[in-house]
Amino acid sequence: MLLRLIGRFAVLAASLVVSSVLVFAFMAVLPGDPARVALGVNASPEAIAQLRQQFGLDRPLTTQYVDWASGLVRGDFGTSYVSKVAIGPQVADRLQVTAWLVVTAMVIALVLAVPAGTVMAARHRKLSGLFLSALSQVGVAVPAFLAGILLIVVFAVRLGWLPANGWTPPVVDPVMFAKQLALPALSLGLVQGAVLTRYVRSAVLDVLREDYLRTARAKGLRPFKALWRHGLRNAAVPVVTVLGLQLTTLLIGAVVVERVFVIPGLGSLLLDGVSNRDLLLVQGVVMLLVMAVLVVNFLVDLLYLAIDPRLRGGAR
Amino acid sequence: MSRFFTKAAAAAIVMASALVAAACSAGSGTSPSASPGAGGRALAVGLVAEPASLDFTTTDGAAIPQALLGNVYNGLVKQDDSGKIVPDLAKSWTVSPDRKTYTFTLVDNAKFTNGAPFTAADAVFSINRVKSSWTTSLKAAMDVVQEATEVSPTQLKVVLGAPSNDWLFRMTTRIGAMFSQTGVDKLATDPVGTGPYRLGTWQRGDSITLRRNDDYWGTKPFFDQVTLKYFKDPTALNNALLTGTINIISTVQAPESLGQFTSNAKFQVIEGTTNGEVVLSFNNSKPAFKDKRFRQAIRHAIDHKALLETCFAGRGKLIGSMVPPTDPWFEDLSAATPFDRAKAKSLLQASGSAGASLRLRLPTLPYATSCGQVVKSQLEQIGLKVKIDQLEFPAAWLTTVFKNADYDLSIISHVEPRDLGAVFGNPAYYTRYGTPQLKALLAEADAGDEQTQLAKMKEAARLLSDEAAADWLFLLPSLIVADKNITGIPANAITEQFDLSRLARS
Repeated sequence: MLLRLIGRFAVLAASLVVSSVLVFAFMAVLPGDPARVALGVNASPEAIAQLRQQFGLDRPLTTQYVDWASGLVRGDFGTSYVSKVAIGPQVADRLQVTAWLVVTAMVIALVLAVPAGTVMAARHRKLSGLFLSALSQVGVAVPAFLAGILLIVVFAVRLGWLPANGWTPPVVDPVMFAKQLALPALSLGLVQGAVLTRYVRSAVLDVLREDYLRTARAKGLRPFKALWRHGLRNAAVPVVTVLGLQLTTLLIGAVVVERVFVIPGLGSLLLDGVSNRDLLLVQGVVMLLVMAVLVVNFLVDLLYLAIDPRLRGGAR
Repeated sequence: MSRFFTKAAAAAIVMASALVAAACSAGSGTSPSASPGAGGRALAVGLVAEPASLDFTTTDGAAIPQALLGNVYNGLVKQDDSGKIVPDLAKSWTVSPDRKTYTFTLVDNAKFTNGAPFTAADAVFSINRVKSSWTTSLKAAMDVVQEATEVSPTQLKVVLGAPSNDWLFRMTTRIGAMFSQTGVDKLATDPVGTGPYRLGTWQRGDSITLRRNDDYWGTKPFFDQVTLKYFKDPTALNNALLTGTINIISTVQAPESLGQFTSNAKFQVIEGTTNGEVVLSFNNSKPAFKDKRFRQAIRHAIDHKALLETCFAGRGKLIGSMVPPTDPWFEDLSAATPFDRAKAKSLLQASGSAGASLRLRLPTLPYATSCGQVVKSQLEQIGLKVKIDQLEFPAAWLTTVFKNADYDLSIISHVEPRDLGAVFGNPAYYTRYGTPQLKALLAEADAGDEQTQLAKMKEAARLLSDEAAADWLFLLPSLIVADKNITGIPANAITEQFDLSRLARS
């Protein structure tokens, strides 16, 4: 068990190092000179050279990488080329926003998917199951930003129930916060929920075919009760895996949805950074997202072990 | 055991019901439109580009002066809505007969938001600081100043090395902003000026809130608080006005989306002009373009009316040269090179470059992308081959087209004021034009008196048009949509600032 944990952790650490090199390398080959973008049209070559020096862009790439990576280890993301403000606090601010969005969307997705997927599986030959199945297909086909635009048209522009965009931190005005969070979280959550439903359905279907469930039925448990008692925990293993993977798509979806709803999260920060060639900022945000994905996968691995005792035997 | 699911489901239900409750309360109670205008003295303006920093002395771009100039900072002089230079912190000024010495009389009751009074010493400091500490390219306009001196706290003398009409004009732009000697330590986050507003809060990625400066020396503005809200997406911007999150859209990026506002009695649509000449730029250093007939062929080949209809919904103005109508030397030259496909073909034959292949390298900006398609199809109808490349804007376009001049044709809007000389007067600029004849005209215009300037600038604009140094597709319109009851909105967007001080609600 312990060996397995250490092994997993080593993989996590190695992935982080490799990805930091890759992220840095991608930024280095990106066309467009940060100094030139910062100074805009009409800038003289001298001014650009001076700014490159100020940014440290005239140093060898290896030096730049070591500086950046050792900063990261110390938790220092460096200073933005464009705004001349420390990147760490900026990213932390934006991360809170995106975290609210992603977590709420995930909760919405789960609330939708677990009951709907279970019903779809349990009644997969009945009309209600087929109807839900068709509905989830539609959900899978719709991209989150389109769902966002549709929700805006209906609930913000036509009905005027909820704001179409903006962001208020929950500590400032919790009601406004909830109102502004509702549509973007729904547009991400509905789509993710639809995707997740398919996985829950097939996981539950698999479980339904298991002998132990038949045994439970034979003992006299009603179908849903048998599923609840014996089935869902087993169905949870594949679903948790998918959940981990989906967090990645959710983060990417959030980047687009943030733009549609004008939410100052990591996604907006990332896009602005790219268009301003604020390389350190982009590197920082991308690295953070990579870290989030890797850590989530790591946690998912741990969660397996918690859910399914059979897996714990692996490190004997 | 199913505890895992029970807990997750319970948490989810709590969360979901909170969301539903929020939605319901929004529906039954106040509509979202009440929030920005609450109290009657607050206003929210939607803008497209958020500044990365608030310091325009070291960071370029239009977003910072748009938010701060005229609102947080004042200059000595400013431009009115028709383009005329009028007093601001300088009540009046005189120019010596040799046109080299400017003497300004300053207002005596202006105060910076850090409490310091504004004096001629601050003006001297601000002018000298452009030369010593600014890093943006615009600082070059201050090079002509030889010396600035304080005659008395309200008298300022500026001596130029050579006569320059352009200098006084540039003083209406950001380089003329007046700073406090004791307030330039934290320009990027904490600007100190004498304007009608001061910085309130800045929520990065979202908005900047300005609060009324109660010590303002001039006429106090109507609104206590103005929020500048930034939108990258034009649809989001439109939705924000439709749902009442904002009261004004400062510039409509997609003119085809105006329909939803013109047909709605709750809104007003204002159309004015800008300084944004949408230029189909020619790389004049390429062999084919060295022949004037080739350049003229391209101008004659383009049906500008049809182009404007297709790519900007017919909004905007045909100008035919590098001068917007708000400059004193404007002449409508749009008929000088009329659409004439036969003539274009014969000019092309005569130039010896018929059937040439051209690379039209477009920045990823909506107007450039849509106009580029029209230009391509019209040039192909006279037998040229046109290949379109999209270059990410700004980074890739700046490097490839602007720095390396690695292009044949490009389309970009040149929005800087009075930029005829900057774009065509310098052979090292990406248009690679800057002929001695044009440079001589520009120099005479800058040094002469007002009449000379007028005559020479007209001549320069006509020369560019006759020589077909580029093609001028159209002038971008200033399209503003606002709540019906907002007054004091400047129709023309010809300065770097968005003047909030005259806005009011009727």
